[in-house]
Amino acid sequence: MTVTGAAAPADHDNRFHTIVTTVENKPGVLARVAGLFARRGFNIESLAVAPTADERFSRITFTVDVASSSLEQVVKQLDKLINVVEISELSPTESVERELMLVTVDAAGGRRHDLLELVDDFRAYVLDANQSQMMLSLAARPGRLDEFEERLRAFGIVQLQRTGRVALPSLDS
Amino acid sequence: MDMNGGQALVRALECEGVEVVFGLPGGAILPVYDPIIESPIRHILVRHEQGAGHMAEGYAHATGRPGVAMITSGPGATNGVTPLCDAYMDSIPLVCITGQVPYAAIGTDAFQECDTTGITMSVTKHNFLVTEAQDIPRIIHEAFHIATTGRPGPVLVDIPKDIVDPRNPRSAMTWYEPTDDIMELPGYRPATTGDPELIRAAAEMICTAERPVIYAGGGILKARAAAELLALAELIDVPVVTTLMARGCFPDSHELCLGMPGMHGNYTAVTAMQSSDLLIALGARFDDRVTGRLDGFAPDAKVVHVDIDAAELGKVRTPDVAIRGDCKLVIADLVEALRACGGIDAQADRRAWRSQISGWQERYPLTYEQSEPGELLKPQYVLEVLRDSTPDDTIVTSGVGQHQMWASQYWRFDHPYTWINSGGLGTMGFSVPAAIGAKVGMPDRMVWAVDGDGCFQMTAQELVTASMERIPIKVALFNNAYLGMVRQWQEMFYEERYSEVYLSYEIPDYVKWAEAMGCVALRVESPEEVAPAINKANEIDDRPVVLEFRSEAGENVFPMVPAGQSNSDIVVDPSQR
Repeated sequence: MTVTGAAAPADHDNRFHTIVTTVENKPGVLARVAGLFARRGFNIESLAVAPTADERFSRITFTVDVASSSLEQVVKQLDKLINVVEISELSPTESVERELMLVTVDAAGGRRHDLLELVDDFRAYVLDANQSQMMLSLAARPGRLDEFEERLRAFGIVQLQRTGRVALPSLDS
Repeated sequence: MDMNGGQALVRALECEGVEVVFGLPGGAILPVYDPIIESPIRHILVRHEQGAGHMAEGYAHATGRPGVAMITSGPGATNGVTPLCDAYMDSIPLVCITGQVPYAAIGTDAFQECDTTGITMSVTKHNFLVTEAQDIPRIIHEAFHIATTGRPGPVLVDIPKDIVDPRNPRSAMTWYEPTDDIMELPGYRPATTGDPELIRAAAEMICTAERPVIYAGGGILKARAAAELLALAELIDVPVVTTLMARGCFPDSHELCLGMPGMHGNYTAVTAMQSSDLLIALGARFDDRVTGRLDGFAPDAKVVHVDIDAAELGKVRTPDVAIRGDCKLVIADLVEALRACGGIDAQADRRAWRSQISGWQERYPLTYEQSEPGELLKPQYVLEVLRDSTPDDTIVTSGVGQHQMWASQYWRFDHPYTWINSGGLGTMGFSVPAAIGAKVGMPDRMVWAVDGDGCFQMTAQELVTASMERIPIKVALFNNAYLGMVRQWQEMFYEERYSEVYLSYEIPDYVKWAEAMGCVALRVESPEEVAPAINKANEIDDRPVVLEFRSEAGENVFPMVPAGQSNSDIVVDPSQR
């Protein structure tokens, strides 16, 4: 997923909704969920899966493009899957969302200083480096990742990987 | 009690009250077929796995109990995909047991291995791959629970051979009673009662509607809510349309019944919906064959939509009041709410609406032209004679195409569960195996399979099953030498350019074919032969009967709403234009 342009973060937040599902931690459950999305023509923008604190269950966090499909239908169809235990939709204003990015950029000679300043500004980390390249990581709001990615373009992105967002409800919501 | 997985599977089916299994053995399911010999469960040996699935569907629809099919891995399972999808589209409770290669061989492209759970994921309500013999009683109970509750549907249970094979130590298990409290389904919560506030809101909307129509769908039958529907319609004196999946849920002879809506519905049912100011949709899903072009469908109507499946509410048409719940319970509550509002006295004055409806009924009844001397039979005529020569509670099954539409139009369904057809998937070849399943479930009822020549050629071999098992169904085979519905579309929409629709009257010789399969068979070619042939068929009760009706090839089904057009553009019979 790559979102570009100055208005991208705001658009991103409106167009993409986050759905958090608790599913039974059984073989094939992810295939059921992915199959449902394909079968019903829903677009998944990103998806993150991992076991919860209770090992009987996993949490699947999706970002769905609601410009192309009705969010209500997505949720109702997901709810019909026998292995889906719980579904909640998290609006950006009532949740805390994070995403992790790993990125390798060109960092030869004189540009290294500028790059490290940028790393500081965004509170990113340097994970690895050699003479010509640096590998960085940043965990932040998806919009913040978009900005960071945009700024890194000037240096030259060699490889980039984002995890897709995960989210939990805000404590006061 | 120590058992092996195969014994446990058969025992678990017995615990679910299964009286009959439709199936065909093969390598991977072999160990389960051994304990079946001792079981009181009747096994009906089919000639093709698709037949097993459709028989289980016919059985389920006729009896209200889940149908069970048992087939082997690989090609057995893939042959079962069509009936699973059919049952999924039409919400038929089905449990399909498939054999699978031994657990350790899964993923190795073993002989007759296929990814059955993967293939059937999108055509089942749920499926299971059982990995341990110990899980069998629990999973079988879960499968029946899921198949029969909420919105019913097919559930597949895939069983690797090693966990049911007594020669394999992995098949050892200790028996336990499969009860509700051992189920592990934390994500399954089927709906029951509707929200009382929404039911009140629906009642208020109904009271003030001037042109209401009850749009009754197959969900009425699934919920066994025919009595509640009758009470509702009579209480508020509102006309009822019954969709293809709902025929019989409200008596056709009732003065409030308008019959079938949709692409080949009758003029009054279609036009009443189009002109309505309130559609009361009960267990219906606004299928495209009912709505026609969506943006032209019932443009002035508000919608009250009741369905047990929340995903149907708003999927196609945005309702004004959406009630999730079991139709039987919601309609009963709605009747109470309407009584509390004042019953019939609180209803708007609908005299103008009633007279408008009876005007349509008088002007545009279903009609066809009798055949001229020397011409072949008109299927509509044959169906009228068949209808009038059989008991009221005769069960009629149908394939898919022109004969299906004529059967739905011309039969008079006055009892629920007397009409069994493939509505959603439109599966040609459904009729004969579905009739066999229905007759097995309801042996005291007369069962007629209405079929076309194209359909018949797809699944006719199950008449061998019927002969061998002494299941005396009767088949009304309409031979018009064409894939008739496709021919009709080519005539109307492809400038009469007929492409690959001709089948021939003579080949196969249906009478010889049916006789070779152990049936009594008669060919009927003129109107005066129709009633005697049917009467003769009705007297035969020890083997299946096939009546081949040589029918006019050029006969078209009317009325018709051409695909993609608005229901307001309904095309009536040529004689009414």
